[in-house]
Amino acid sequence: MKIMQKQKLTKIISTAIPLRMENVDTDQIIPARFLKATTREGFGLNIFRDWRYDPDGNPKPHFVLNHPQYAGEILLAGHNFGCGSSREHAAWALSDYGFKAVVSSFFADIFKNNALNNSLLPVQVTPDFLQLLFAAVHENHKTKIVIDVDKQTISVPSKKISEAFDINPYKKICIMNGYDDVDYLLSLKPEIEEFEKKRKNDYSLS
Amino acid sequence: MKKTPRTLFEKIWDQHIVFQKDDYPAVLYIDAHLIHEVTSPQAFNGLKNRGINVFRTHRTWATMDHNVPTIDQDKPIQEEMSRKQVAMLQKNCDEFGISLYGLGHPNQGIVHIIGPELGITKPGMTIVCGDSHTSTHGAFGTISFGIGTSEVEQVLASQSILQYKPKTMNIKIDGKLGKGVTSKDIILYIIAKISTAGGTGHFVEYSGSAINNLSMEARMTICNMSIEMGARGGMIAPDEITFAYIKGRPFAPKGKEWEKALAYWKTLKSDKDAIYDKELFIDATDIEPMITYGTNPAMGMKITETIPTENDMENENQRHNFRDAMEYMGLQGGKPLLGQKVDYVFLGSCTNSRIEDYRSIAKIVKGKKKPEGLTVFVVPGSAHIVKQIEKEGLDRIFIDAGFEMRSAGCSACLGMNDDKIPPGKYCISTSNRNFQGRQGPGARTFLASPITAAATAITGRVSDVRDFIK
Repeated sequence: MKIMQKQKLTKIISTAIPLRMENVDTDQIIPARFLKATTREGFGLNIFRDWRYDPDGNPKPHFVLNHPQYAGEILLAGHNFGCGSSREHAAWALSDYGFKAVVSSFFADIFKNNALNNSLLPVQVTPDFLQLLFAAVHENHKTKIVIDVDKQTISVPSKKISEAFDINPYKKICIMNGYDDVDYLLSLKPEIEEFEKKRKNDYSLS
Repeated sequence: MKKTPRTLFEKIWDQHIVFQKDDYPAVLYIDAHLIHEVTSPQAFNGLKNRGINVFRTHRTWATMDHNVPTIDQDKPIQEEMSRKQVAMLQKNCDEFGISLYGLGHPNQGIVHIIGPELGITKPGMTIVCGDSHTSTHGAFGTISFGIGTSEVEQVLASQSILQYKPKTMNIKIDGKLGKGVTSKDIILYIIAKISTAGGTGHFVEYSGSAINNLSMEARMTICNMSIEMGARGGMIAPDEITFAYIKGRPFAPKGKEWEKALAYWKTLKSDKDAIYDKELFIDATDIEPMITYGTNPAMGMKITETIPTENDMENENQRHNFRDAMEYMGLQGGKPLLGQKVDYVFLGSCTNSRIEDYRSIAKIVKGKKKPEGLTVFVVPGSAHIVKQIEKEGLDRIFIDAGFEMRSAGCSACLGMNDDKIPPGKYCISTSNRNFQGRQGPGARTFLASPITAAATAITGRVSDVRDFIK
């Protein structure tokens, strides 16, 4: 059995791309017609496909990913990011495009899990702080944002603003050390087998 | 000492915890795992990379639904990437020893249709699938929820999953439903009321007399769309209607086993004094036939209402989203939707593609004909439902009305396979999502109940089904 080591993530210092839309669903992040691949790679090519390109494949100049001045490893997004379909391809697409963190005032549950399972950090901040981040990036697209996973803080040094964010202690260990959930579960096989034995005569298990 | 009262969710959750360490997520045992071609290949690749097998092959069932054509299913799939993805599922199931109901198999169909239909779905179980509409199975009093592909790999590898315990929410709907009001209208009404994030972080239990009076198929429609309000899942306590539905199905317990199972299932309900983290009470008589006007399922209204205007929005972000939705939909705030011309009608998806849905549609369209230029797809949820439709002669009614009969699959619900709504065209759909591009790039979707869609299919314009019911 091979132990899977993932990329370790401890600190992100980067400019950000501001996407003000609320309720961004995973069908927008990666439309279903691009889910036909059987590997995890390459989905970044079609990220936000129908917002980024017109039907003839020409870039739509007003969409923020097509603005030449915006770049970076952090996506700033409106409330309720990642709602809808459970497709993990959405997290893969964001990672593949080069994002290491998504910052929003609210995330949909399944997306949040999927992101954490791919070392893509979902950073939930207060709505007020999110507005400060949007304002700082709109004022100066070169604004650097610092996300410290260990300290659980997100800050903008040039603006002297900072906020703490939550991350589950288990997931924090995984992300900082590149640990993998499946390896953890496989280490618990004796417990799982014991559980199965105990419940042998239980009808919810049949 | 008196036991702390627990909700149904808490009872099933507690019973499935294999291991729980402080600060760590629970290791939750999974009774049934359903897979399909789109969200499983990377999970199987993971197993191969680790050099491990599927831990409990008899607890995983596979079908082909998302990426399959709904015509000529007996011929090779035309599109190369789809053909390869479907072939990959076949190969993985063969290699790892998993039951597969592939194209041409009598049990094939949409994953959330076939689980209940075959009796795989039973009260008290934990059920997962790499698909957000797994919440459907909650109608049987199960904890069922959609997962990502990394989690599919967890379940294949260990028959367990790491999960944080969600909060609980009770949505109680009491009273008698009005004429033309279906379970689809109940759920669209709830989502419009509490938004696409109103249930996030919570597991919902639906209760009340309006729920208890529903058939199993109608209950499945409600639980199916729990995810559209952000909820982790939805569930309904099992009762005699549930037990009668399960009895005799291929994977249902038989004889003595049935009696034992039944005795257990009857214990599955929330304690009287159980406390939910959130509660919502709804008067069933306030619900009318519903329709969506925008680009998420919460942008819905009673069919006789007018579309809201920018002035109804709370803040600038909402106004921005509303303007964006109206532009995409080609609609104007303040106007009604009744009378709006549609180009397509989609009668299918894991929300509404069961036999009762087609019986109710047939009642409306019998002896009538769709207008010229309107395309109506009838896409049953499973091969068994296709057969049942034929047995009851409903297919004749649909064909005489000018509808197209298709084979089972997810079809035009998600714009992945060949069935898509063309750019700019309007479609009234019995499915679950009206997101931008969901039914195809540029497609414009109105979500509604099967009978509202049926009435609209006859007139070619958004119609109030109550005008069609005596």
